[in-house]
Amino acid sequence: MMRVELVRRSQHSALFSAVSPLIALAITALIGAIMFAALGKSPVAALHAYFIEPLTEIWSIHELLIKATPLILIAVGLSICFLSNNWNIGAEGQFVMGAIAGSVLPVLYPGLTGPLVLPVMLVMGLAGGAAWATIPAFLKARFGTNEILSSLMLVYVAQLFLDWLVRGPWRNPEGFNFPETRSFHADAILPEMFSASGRAHYGFVFAILAALVVWFVLSRTLKGYEIRVLGESPRAGRFAGFSARRMVFFAFIVSGALAGLAGIVEVSGAIGQLRPTISPGYGFTAIIVAFLGRLNPLGIVAAGLILALSYLGGEAAQISLGVSDKVANVFQGVLLFSVLAADTLIRYRVRIVRPAPARLEPAQ
Amino acid sequence: MKTDVSQSAAPPPLLAVDGLTKSFGTLKANDAVDFDIVEGEIHALLGENGAGKSTLVKMLFGSLSPDAGRILWRGRPVKIAEPSTARKLGIGMVFQHFSLFDSLTVAENIALSLEAGTPLSTVADEARRLGEAYGLTLNPHAMAGDLSVGERQRVEIIRCLLQEPSLIILDEPTSVLTPQEAERLFETLETLKGEGKAILYISHRLEEVKRMCDRATVLRHGQVVAHCDPRAETAASLAAMMVGAEVEAVRRSPADHEAAGRSRTAVLCVSALDQKPLGPFSTALRGIQLEVHAGEVFGIAGVAGNGQSELFEALSGEQLQHDPDAVIIDGTPAGRLGPNGRRRLGAAFAPEERFGHAAVAAMPLTDNILLSRHASDASAYLSGGRFAVLRHSALGRTLGRVVKAMDVRKSGENPDAATLSGGNLQKLILGREFDRQPVVFVVNQPTWGVDAGAAARIRQTLLDAANAGAGALVISQDLDELLEICDRIAVIADGEMSEPLDARTVTREQLGLLMGGAEPEKHHGVAA
Repeated sequence: MMRVELVRRSQHSALFSAVSPLIALAITALIGAIMFAALGKSPVAALHAYFIEPLTEIWSIHELLIKATPLILIAVGLSICFLSNNWNIGAEGQFVMGAIAGSVLPVLYPGLTGPLVLPVMLVMGLAGGAAWATIPAFLKARFGTNEILSSLMLVYVAQLFLDWLVRGPWRNPEGFNFPETRSFHADAILPEMFSASGRAHYGFVFAILAALVVWFVLSRTLKGYEIRVLGESPRAGRFAGFSARRMVFFAFIVSGALAGLAGIVEVSGAIGQLRPTISPGYGFTAIIVAFLGRLNPLGIVAAGLILALSYLGGEAAQISLGVSDKVANVFQGVLLFSVLAADTLIRYRVRIVRPAPARLEPAQ
Repeated sequence: MKTDVSQSAAPPPLLAVDGLTKSFGTLKANDAVDFDIVEGEIHALLGENGAGKSTLVKMLFGSLSPDAGRILWRGRPVKIAEPSTARKLGIGMVFQHFSLFDSLTVAENIALSLEAGTPLSTVADEARRLGEAYGLTLNPHAMAGDLSVGERQRVEIIRCLLQEPSLIILDEPTSVLTPQEAERLFETLETLKGEGKAILYISHRLEEVKRMCDRATVLRHGQVVAHCDPRAETAASLAAMMVGAEVEAVRRSPADHEAAGRSRTAVLCVSALDQKPLGPFSTALRGIQLEVHAGEVFGIAGVAGNGQSELFEALSGEQLQHDPDAVIIDGTPAGRLGPNGRRRLGAAFAPEERFGHAAVAAMPLTDNILLSRHASDASAYLSGGRFAVLRHSALGRTLGRVVKAMDVRKSGENPDAATLSGGNLQKLILGREFDRQPVVFVVNQPTWGVDAGAAARIRQTLLDAANAGAGALVISQDLDELLEICDRIAVIADGEMSEPLDARTVTREQLGLLMGGAEPEKHHGVAA
């Protein structure tokens, strides 16, 4: 029997470590080209439709920013979680709950208007996402429950709760029985940045601000140090006087709040009402964004734009080439694998071991 | 195997190693190593940590494959690709770190390493028979978790003997034993030797090697520096071969000892400290009582796993006490304070595990300086008030100071802790704490796995701290170390501590008896 082992390299190349995300993108493009060829499409045309076309027009760049906003907001929060060794896989659910909590005012109290409505909605979105993330945090800190499972399962609870709301109690009374809430009034809509040229809203500014603040905290402050120490070694963290239990809550609450903010920003800025489905999987794609950005908030901004491009490209390719929009998911999956593989192979090399039986060679 | 036995009287040695070389990156862990071992011989493999002993043994046991060189078994070249190959040849290994499942019985543990399908009763009978033959008394139906370290080692030896090896490799077998347990091990080894088995004995304890071993091979920096007859050498000459230079012995001077004896200022006072086991295989602490005076080095001896790490964590504040007065640091009750609260009172701590407890491997040295000092030296390393922004320049200056004071060898300005050798990292960790000029200093296994030069430096620093007026509490398994530097020594056994004894008058036998727990069953009876 042959076995494949990963052997740690005694030293890994600094150059390859730096360009690892680019290598991963190149591999993804290559595999994508092969996939399109297998589908009988021209790989060049397909890759052009995917990655170039969306960047050729102004309105399309606006769409890119709209898609990148939730990805960046969520991934920035996830970077705190992942660096501190808290595996929050449920950002999609926190996104949904943030959207629901933030929509309480415009849906249930449409009569309330004024400049205060939007800020209150945003704060409620933050709170909704944070509250939903507190559940897996509490279960982990109190009972040692695996947060990967509990946070992931809560995604489906949140999605079904939203589905029930928009089909039931929150359904628009004047909406001809369509499963959606009433449209938000003007004061509840996040304004557009440059309404002359496209739909991009101020959510993108929030995303950039969040990335800058978290970058500063992680790289320059004692809190960021605490996050990294507890992620690397809980025991050393305890020796340093840090509490791993409190970090569980901190990481989940901050990332949940940012996911919740992403949720209400998406609903208020891009959609304008609640529907049964308000996300094409931003909460999951943001995991890829976080790792492609190397868990560095500034890298995450770039990675968020790239992944947003894959959503737009998917739509473009669907229209111009007639391929399924699921191809975008395939791209994202391949990209995640490539990122992880590139990082792993830079640190380890593959060794194939063929165990030889006890072999006595003839005496010389 | 049967045909091999008939050849055993033939001239070629049982095992010969010829030009064996193994590199890891640029480091030559073994460089053209050669030695041989004949039947009925106890052969010592001597060397400091990092000299290449483990690499050599791993190649002999098939866990690593050599880059160059030959291994000859009974005169014939062999390729040992994995441990099962080594076992088939007749090479058995008793590891330093035991691999027993605590929740299985002795017989079940042994059965795991045998061919599947051997009935448990057969295993138990066989284990009992071997145990009687070699003086390794053992109850095959006892739970492994309930065994003492010495008993666990016996299980490992029996497990090894069941494979009927002709060569037995023992890796630092006495490092976890009391002097009395070691004595019994030596008797077993003599019996095995009398039967014509070859024993490769890896150790850095020179007295043992001088007493037990017929020949010795000394390794330094991966190369063989000498083949010698250890009985014809002195401990000092063996040490010089291992280290490459004479190592100065660090000793407590009688005058300092006298001065410490007069000191009455308690800087650390522990009374009636009880602690429940922290996990299924952790030791409970019962009624710990001790007082460390200013200017004194107080030693705690004991066999590994008798509550040392639990005691350390109770003192460092990683585990809190119910009663604030259970731990008093420099006159202030600290039982309810965490590590940073205790550090602010002037205490400093250095745990046993360097990577993952005292330091974070994947972080640069300046970050590791901050690990234990971000609270006690907040004004030096943090700015911006509540935002607590790190001051990297101040950390860099402290790093420079520590590196200079402790002679830490590192590559680059501020490399990751992982790149430092064990000894250098330990010097950095202790230097980080000394740099604060603590009032009381608690260290656990300060020189464990550290080369002789660094160990001497670390011991000297502990003495310097005491001479400067601090109290030092040294938890160590190394009796020689404690006898060299301590003023008083107490023994911890099964979570209970003995009365402290004067380090200058106490004998190893007294300490050994206490380390063995002198009838621990009785204590269990009382506790239950």
